[in-house]
Amino acid sequence: MATATHMHGRIGESIKRKEDARFLRGKGNYLDDFVLPDMLEMAILRSPHAHARIKSIDTTAAAAMPGVIAVVTGELMAQHKLAWMPTLSGDTQAVLATDKVRFQGQEVAAVIAETRYQAEDARDAILVDYEILPAVTSPEGAKAAGAPVIRDDKEGQKDNHIYHWEAGNQDTTQAAFASAHKVVRLTSFYPRCHPAPLETCGCIADVNGATGKATIYMTSQAPHAIRTVFALVTGLPEQQIRIISPDIGGGFGNKVPVYPGYVVATAASLLIGRPVKWVEDRTENLISTGFARDFHMTGDLAVDKNGKMLALRVHLDSDNGAFFSDAQPTKFKAGLFHIVTGSYDIPTAHVTADGYYTNKAPGGVAFRCSFRVTEASYLIERLVTNAAIELGIDQAEFRMRNFIKPEQFPYTSATGWVYDSGDYPKAMDVALQKLGYDELRKDVEARRKKGEVTGIGIASFTEVVGAGHGADFDILGLRMFDSAELRVHPTGKALLRMGVKSQGQGHETTFAQIVTEELGIPAADIAVEEGDTDTAPYGLGTYASRSTPVAGAATAMVARKLRDKARKIASHLLEADEEDLEWRVSKFQVKGSPDRSKTIQEIAFAAYTNLPEGMEAGLEGVHYYDPPNMTYPFGTYAVVVDIDKGTGQVKVRRMVAVDDCGVRINPMIVEGQIHGGLTEGFGIAFMELITFDSEGNCIGSNFTDYLLPTAWETPRFELGETVTPSPHHPLGAKGVGESATVGSPAAYVNAVIDALSPYGITNIDMPVGPDKVWAALRSKGVTE
Amino acid sequence: MKVSMKVNGAERSGDVEPRVLLVDFLRSNLRQTGTHIGCDTSGCGACTVLLDGEPVKSCTMLAVQVQGRSITTVEGLAQGANLSPIQAGFHEEHGLQCGFCTPGMMLVGTALLERNPHPSEDEIRWAISGNICRCTGYMNIVKAIQHAAVAAGGK
Amino acid sequence: MFPAAFDYRSPASLDEALGLLSEQGDAAKVMAGGQSLIPLLKLRFAQPAMVVDIGRLSGMSGVSRNNGSLRIGALARHVDIERNKELGGAWAIFPETAHWIADPLVRNQGTIGGSICHADPSGDWGSVMLALSADLVARSSKGERVIHAADFFKGPFETALRPDEILTEVRVASGSKSAGGAYNKLERKVGDFATVAVAVQVELEGGKVSKAGIGLTAVGPMNIKAVAAEKALVGREPTDAVVAEAARLAAEAAEPKSDVRGSAEFKKDIVRVFVQRGLKTAIARAKGVSA
Repeated sequence: MATATHMHGRIGESIKRKEDARFLRGKGNYLDDFVLPDMLEMAILRSPHAHARIKSIDTTAAAAMPGVIAVVTGELMAQHKLAWMPTLSGDTQAVLATDKVRFQGQEVAAVIAETRYQAEDARDAILVDYEILPAVTSPEGAKAAGAPVIRDDKEGQKDNHIYHWEAGNQDTTQAAFASAHKVVRLTSFYPRCHPAPLETCGCIADVNGATGKATIYMTSQAPHAIRTVFALVTGLPEQQIRIISPDIGGGFGNKVPVYPGYVVATAASLLIGRPVKWVEDRTENLISTGFARDFHMTGDLAVDKNGKMLALRVHLDSDNGAFFSDAQPTKFKAGLFHIVTGSYDIPTAHVTADGYYTNKAPGGVAFRCSFRVTEASYLIERLVTNAAIELGIDQAEFRMRNFIKPEQFPYTSATGWVYDSGDYPKAMDVALQKLGYDELRKDVEARRKKGEVTGIGIASFTEVVGAGHGADFDILGLRMFDSAELRVHPTGKALLRMGVKSQGQGHETTFAQIVTEELGIPAADIAVEEGDTDTAPYGLGTYASRSTPVAGAATAMVARKLRDKARKIASHLLEADEEDLEWRVSKFQVKGSPDRSKTIQEIAFAAYTNLPEGMEAGLEGVHYYDPPNMTYPFGTYAVVVDIDKGTGQVKVRRMVAVDDCGVRINPMIVEGQIHGGLTEGFGIAFMELITFDSEGNCIGSNFTDYLLPTAWETPRFELGETVTPSPHHPLGAKGVGESATVGSPAAYVNAVIDALSPYGITNIDMPVGPDKVWAALRSKGVTE
Repeated sequence: MKVSMKVNGAERSGDVEPRVLLVDFLRSNLRQTGTHIGCDTSGCGACTVLLDGEPVKSCTMLAVQVQGRSITTVEGLAQGANLSPIQAGFHEEHGLQCGFCTPGMMLVGTALLERNPHPSEDEIRWAISGNICRCTGYMNIVKAIQHAAVAAGGK
Repeated sequence: MFPAAFDYRSPASLDEALGLLSEQGDAAKVMAGGQSLIPLLKLRFAQPAMVVDIGRLSGMSGVSRNNGSLRIGALARHVDIERNKELGGAWAIFPETAHWIADPLVRNQGTIGGSICHADPSGDWGSVMLALSADLVARSSKGERVIHAADFFKGPFETALRPDEILTEVRVASGSKSAGGAYNKLERKVGDFATVAVAVQVELEGGKVSKAGIGLTAVGPMNIKAVAAEKALVGREPTDAVVAEAARLAAEAAEPKSDVRGSAEFKKDIVRVFVQRGLKTAIARAKGVSA
C-alpha cells in the first residue's frame, strides 16, 4: 500500500516565499539600483501649463551648464521621427512636445548630464515661451460648444470626441424599461486616482554603438510587448533589442504603458553612445503617468414588483486625457466595462460609452482595474444598494433574490460574457455569517435610536480576468496568450521561465508550486525567471490578474508535457509498458509493484544519460497557452462604519471580505493580494483623488495632496473564502490580484450611504471625505 | 565638503556638496541601495534609516547633517548569514510583496521593539504610520513585527 | 527634487551661530531638524545662499519646570515632548499636540522651535503658543528679547524674528490654579496637514474660568488667537451654553479658505465643534488636577 510522500510546495500549501531573501537584506535589484559603466542621467522638463502653444524653446544656457552632455527637444526628436509615438489604443502620443503642450506635466525637453543633480540644475535653465490656451478639464467641457480642439495635430479631428462604443441590446432593454414597475437611477462619478506604486517608473537605455544591441532596463510589466513596440517605433531590429525588467517595486498597471521618458532615453543613448538612465520622481509619476478611472456614469436599473431585476441601462463618459493611451485589448474601447450586469441575472442590458480628450495626463486603464471592471463593479453595486434602499428591501436579500444561481453556470450575460463558474449565494452566506449580519442589523437600529450614525454596506462583485482568448483579446494586435518554458537539469533541478512579470505577486513561489504539483520537483529546487526578453518566452505580461489564468495554465501544460516524456523514459528505465505505470506525486511506479519506481530526479538524469533509442535528449519544453475563456472570480464584501456627526469622519469598524478565486495555489499569497487590494479600495473610497482647477492645474501630483492610507487609518480585514473552481482552467484556478480593488470601494461607500440613508441621502461620490459627509448631514439638519 | 559617519558599525566617509541628501549619499556614494526613494515630499518613508537608533527619513536630511553620528540601514540588520528576528518575522508572516517599503518597515519595527518589547497592535500601527505600503495592506507587516516580538522573548 | 547649491555651516556654539547670522542677514537660513526646510529646499521653493545648521547645538533642548512655569528649549524634538513624563497634568496639551504632528519619523527629527519659526498657518505648535500665551525667547549677538506669542506670528511663514535672531526657548507661565488643555486635530490621514485644529487651555478658580486661551490652526493666514471667544469665557462658569457661545465666537474668528479639504463653511463648523470638545476636555482635566 503506497502512501504519498509529502512534497514541499504543492498547490494549496502556504509555503514561504522563495524570493524574500534578497529583499529582506536590501539586495533587491530595482531599476534605480543599477549602475552601468559610463552611464549618464536624464531629467525631463515638463509643461507648467495644461494647454499652451510653444512659441520657442531656448536651451543655450542649459547646454552650457556643468556636466551637461545634451539637451533634447521635440524638434530633435522629430528629425528622427520620434517626436510622436503610437499608443496602446491606436492613437498617437507626443514624446516631446513640438507644437503645443496638452496637459500640465507633459514632456517638453530633456537634459542628459553626468549626474542627476547636474541634470536637474540644467533643466531649470531651459527657457520655454508659452502662449497659454484655455483648458478643457472634463468631458462636459470637452463637449461644450466652442471648446478648443485639443488634438488639432490629428488630421480630421474636429472636436474632442475619441470613441463611441456600445454593448448589449438597445431594443430589448428599452422594452423592458417601458414595462418596469420601478426604475432606479444613479449618477456616479468614479474620480481620477492613481496606482502610485512605491517605486516610480524609469529605465536605463544602453544602445551599444559597436554591437548595435540596445539593452533597456525598464520598469515594465510587459517587457515582450514593449520590445515589439520599440522595434516598430524606433526601427531598431527586434533581435537587437533586449528589455530587462528587474525587480519591480509595485506596478498595479502603472508600469504597462510606454512612457515618453523611455523613448527619449533610448534615442539619447543611441545618439550619444553611452547608457542613459531616467528615473522619474513622484511628482512626475502622479502628474504624467497612467492614471486610473475618471468615468462619469449613469446607471438605470429596472425592477418588477417583486424586486426582480429586469434590465440595466448604462451610459458613461470617459475622461481620457490628452492622448488615448489606455492599455487595454484593442477590441474594447471601454475595457471590459460591459461586465456591468455583475452577479445578477439581468435578462437585458445596454451600455453606451463615449471617450473624450481633455487637457490632462493620458490614461485611464490602471490601478488593478481588470480593464475598467472596477468602474463597472462600482456602478452596479452602488446602484443595487440604492435600489434596495429605495424599494425597502434589505441589501443582502435584494442581492440574493437576483443572483445568477449556481445551476445557471456557465452563464451567458446580457452583454455576451460567458461566466465560467460561480456560487454567489454561498459567498454571501459566508460573509453574512462571519459578520453576524442579523445581530449587527439589530445593533445598528439600536444605535440609531440613540442618535448614532452607523451603517452596513455590502458589495457582491463578479469580475472577469485572464485576458484572454486570442481571437477576442489582443494588445496592438499581439494576441493575449502567455507562455511557460520549463527545463529540468540532469540533477533533477528545474528552471521555469514565463512571459509574465511579477511586481510583488510572488511568482517565484506560486509558479514553482504548479511545477511541484505536476512534476513532483520540490518548489525549493525550481528557479523561476521572468522579465528578460532575451531568455523568457514571449508573453503579454502581468496586469489585469492574468498571470495565474494564462501563464499559470501554460505552466501546468508544459509540466504535463514533460511528465508525458518522463513516462516514456520511466517505461524505458523500468522496462514496463507506459500503460502499466502510474504517477505518484513525484515518481512513476509500476502498478501493483511499489518497489519498482523511478523518481522524477532519476528520470531527469536519464534524460541526459540513458534514453530510449531514437528519443531526443533533455527534459524541457515550452507551452503557449491560449485561454478558451476568461475566468470569473467573485465574492461578497461587507463593511460596518460609524460616522462622527460633528466632523463627518468615517471610521470603518469592520470589514469582512469573502473571495472565491477558484483553486488557490498559495493561500498565503492570495490573502496578501486581497489585503493589499482592500487597502487600495479603502484609499480610493475615502481619500485618493487627482483633480484639476479650471485652468487645468493638477491637484494631487505629490503625496501631500494625493493621499495614501497608512497603517493607522487602514481597517483590519477579516477574510473568508469559498472555492468554486474554473471548469476550463487546467488547475481550476482563477485570477485574484484585482478582486479586492474591484469589489471593495462600493462596499465602503455603500456602508456610508446605508448610514446616511435614514436622513434621505442617496449618494456621495468618492473620495468620501469628512467634508462631504458633513455637508450631507448638515443639508438634512444633522449637527453636533 | 568632507563628511564622515558610522554606517552599520563601520566608519564611512565621503566628499559631497552640502546639498546632497543622506539617501543619495547612502545609495550613490556608499553604493548601499537597500534604502529606497519613493517620493519627493517626505511623505512615504521608503527612505527610512535609523539615526542613532531612531527612525528618520533619509531623504529629508543632508548627509552633512549626520556628521559624526551613527546610521543603521537595512544592510545592517542581518548578522552575517543570520537574519535578525525582524527579518525572520517578515519572511515567516509574508510581510513583504514587492519589497520596496520593506527596509523602512523593518528598521522602524527594529527600533520599536528596542523601546517597547511588547507592543500592542495599535502601537505597531502607530509606529509604522509614517511608512507607506501599497502592496500588503499592513496586516502581515503587523504580524511580522508581532512575530519578532515573540521570537525575541517578548509577550 | 534636489536642492539648489548652498553654502553650509555647522557652528559649534550658539554665539558662533549668531555671529554668522549677523554677517549673513537674509542670505542665511537657520536649520534645526530640517523637516520643514529641507522639503522646501528640494522643491526649490527656498534657495538660500547659506544654511546654518544649529541642530547639534547642546543646551537648547531641555524641558524644565520651576515655580510652576515651564521652559522648553527650542531644539526639543517633537518626540521628546511627546514622551516627556513631566508634561502631564496642566501641561498635557504638549504631549497631546506633539502626538498629532506629521508622522513618527518626522517627530524623531523635527523641533518645536523649528516648527514655530517656520510659522506655517497649518502648523500645530503656533496655536498652542497662542492658547498658552507663551513667551518666545529670541537671541541675537546683540542680546536677548522676549516676544509674546500674540505678537510673534505676522503672516504666512512670517514671524517677528529678525534675520539675525534665533529662537532659543519657549516659556509658559502658569497660575498655580487648576489648569488643563486639549488639542483636537482633523486630518485626513496621519501625516496630512490639519484641515482644522484647535488648541485650548483653561485655568479654573472657584468653579469659574479664570484664564482661557484658544488657538486655531489652518483656518487663516496664520495661527489665530480667538480673542473674543476667550473673553467670553473668562469670569464665567463653563456651562454648556457658555461653552457653546465661545465655540460660536471662535468659529467667527476663523478665516478659512475653501479648498480640496472642504468648504470654508465646513472648516468654520469644525472650529466650533473642536472648541466645544476641547473646552469640555480641558475643563475636565483642569478639575482633575485641582488641589
